[in-house]
Amino acid sequence: MSDLFVNVGWVDNLVEAKALTKHFGSFEAVRGIDVDVRRGEAFGFLGPNGAGKSSTMRMISCVSGRTGGDLKVLGMDPATQGPQIRARLGVVPQLDNLDTELTVRQNLQIYGRYFGMSRQRCREKAEELLEFAQLSDRADHEVEPLSGGMKRRLTIARSLVNDPELLLLDEPTTGLDPQARHLLWDRLFRLKQDGVTLIITTHYMDEAEQLCDRLVVMDGGRIAAEGSPSALIDKYSTREVLELRFQPGAEKPDLERFAERVEVLPDRLLLYTQDGEHTLAKVHEHGVQPVQSLVRRSSLEDVFLRLTGRTLVD
Amino acid sequence: METLRASWFGFEKTWTWYRRNWRATAVSSFLTPVLFLLALGLGFGSQVQSTALIGGVPYLQYLAPALVVVTAVQGATFESTFPVMSQFMWQKSFIAMVATPITPAQVLYSQVMWIGSQLLLRSIVFVGIAVLLGAAAGPGVLLAIPVATLAGLAFSAPLVAYSATLEKPEAFNNIFRFVLMPMTLFTGAFFPVSQLPDWLLPLVWLTPTWHGIELARGATFGSLDLLPALGHLAYLGALVAVGVALGVRFFHRRLAV
Repeated sequence: MSDLFVNVGWVDNLVEAKALTKHFGSFEAVRGIDVDVRRGEAFGFLGPNGAGKSSTMRMISCVSGRTGGDLKVLGMDPATQGPQIRARLGVVPQLDNLDTELTVRQNLQIYGRYFGMSRQRCREKAEELLEFAQLSDRADHEVEPLSGGMKRRLTIARSLVNDPELLLLDEPTTGLDPQARHLLWDRLFRLKQDGVTLIITTHYMDEAEQLCDRLVVMDGGRIAAEGSPSALIDKYSTREVLELRFQPGAEKPDLERFAERVEVLPDRLLLYTQDGEHTLAKVHEHGVQPVQSLVRRSSLEDVFLRLTGRTLVD
Repeated sequence: METLRASWFGFEKTWTWYRRNWRATAVSSFLTPVLFLLALGLGFGSQVQSTALIGGVPYLQYLAPALVVVTAVQGATFESTFPVMSQFMWQKSFIAMVATPITPAQVLYSQVMWIGSQLLLRSIVFVGIAVLLGAAAGPGVLLAIPVATLAGLAFSAPLVAYSATLEKPEAFNNIFRFVLMPMTLFTGAFFPVSQLPDWLLPLVWLTPTWHGIELARGATFGSLDLLPALGHLAYLGALVAVGVALGVRFFHRRLAV
């Protein structure tokens, strides 16, 4: 297995995809995307379920073959050099696939063996990763009864066993409570500081804003927009948003003239404006009385709404 | 070499699991032979008049080498169904493995290696117990160990491949009822297949159990001729080869999509 670990040279773009497609029978999951992921950055795929994020991730992780287009990962072609690439990747799947009947420590050691590491090295690495995942006191417990957050941390720790250059995280915090999410984000920040390149898929805009230097918004298998979170917000939204909630079923007033743009959602109106409080005052002056009003900063959710006409999380 | 090494790592994982959980399987693999030999060999066998058809040997000794094979094929059936499906669908350990340099084919090899080692272990234990209970007709019964392992693998390899195509476990019950059960009862372990109606024999010849029993019993009583022996071995070997080839295909299809 030693030839898997030969450094094949330094590349600046860890992932290069051109016109990448993935079909399942007649279903087109990914419909021609261009993506470059640079060394050292945290790159995100943001989009609703079914946008093609996971299919893209599976192609990048060299598990699933592409239907068309070009793909290079770590400068190599997944179609012919899958094992060599996978030897240098870390993968955190959407659904935990830990060996739940083994101990926390055994999970880490066994996974190290899959990469051809010596037993001695696996033991050392497991110790280090237990520390990182804050699971040292659970090292010899079986995995099954652990909380969702702990299992997730263990899955991330396990993905680091081979010191990957590129870490792929598919919906890393889905299903976790807020505290567990923040703990996980903290660990991911630390990795980023250590120079690990991260690719994250998420349908949580706050996660994308927190973690990603750059992201693409995916919808229906295509890339709808690309940029840093703040650049995307600048480009596709206003500084602030005024949310007005009305009685269910009540007819919503036409407030187009008070804002740069108005989105009508089933339960509320979103008024895109530079100054939310000012807009609210004007709306009140006009005699409109919403049940509830809220002024907030624009987020990626608004970018997504603008780009696709739909909300991210239903 | 590469492939063997990678498959070995998968084997190691199951071994790690086994070291923690062997007690549960020990009961079935150690107790089953004892109960079968006691009930059918000693108990039921005490009422059986030996005939020329079974070589005039005590029924217990007639039964023992065949039971090693039957037990191996039964063990192979269980090891090749739910545990395989679970590692695709519930535990998902196969999915975790293919995210590493290990390929789907190597995952399959490690699984077949594991099952083979289990069959070998069970067969050794069975023959050991048979010797203790006086069910061994002679040293030839030792050959029942590799023969039973091979016969078990000959059923296991195609079954592992089949399990890799399933989304639901219901089909397993049909295999237990309509394949494993008749294959256990009507392939010559308990009575000579010459007692069966002629039209049934071609079906019997298809089963790995029958070939295994012919080999194991023939080796035990020294009644085996070279040519038929090679034929049985070739058939069992071919089943393993076809099963593994299909398994490689189906594991790839299942894991690399």
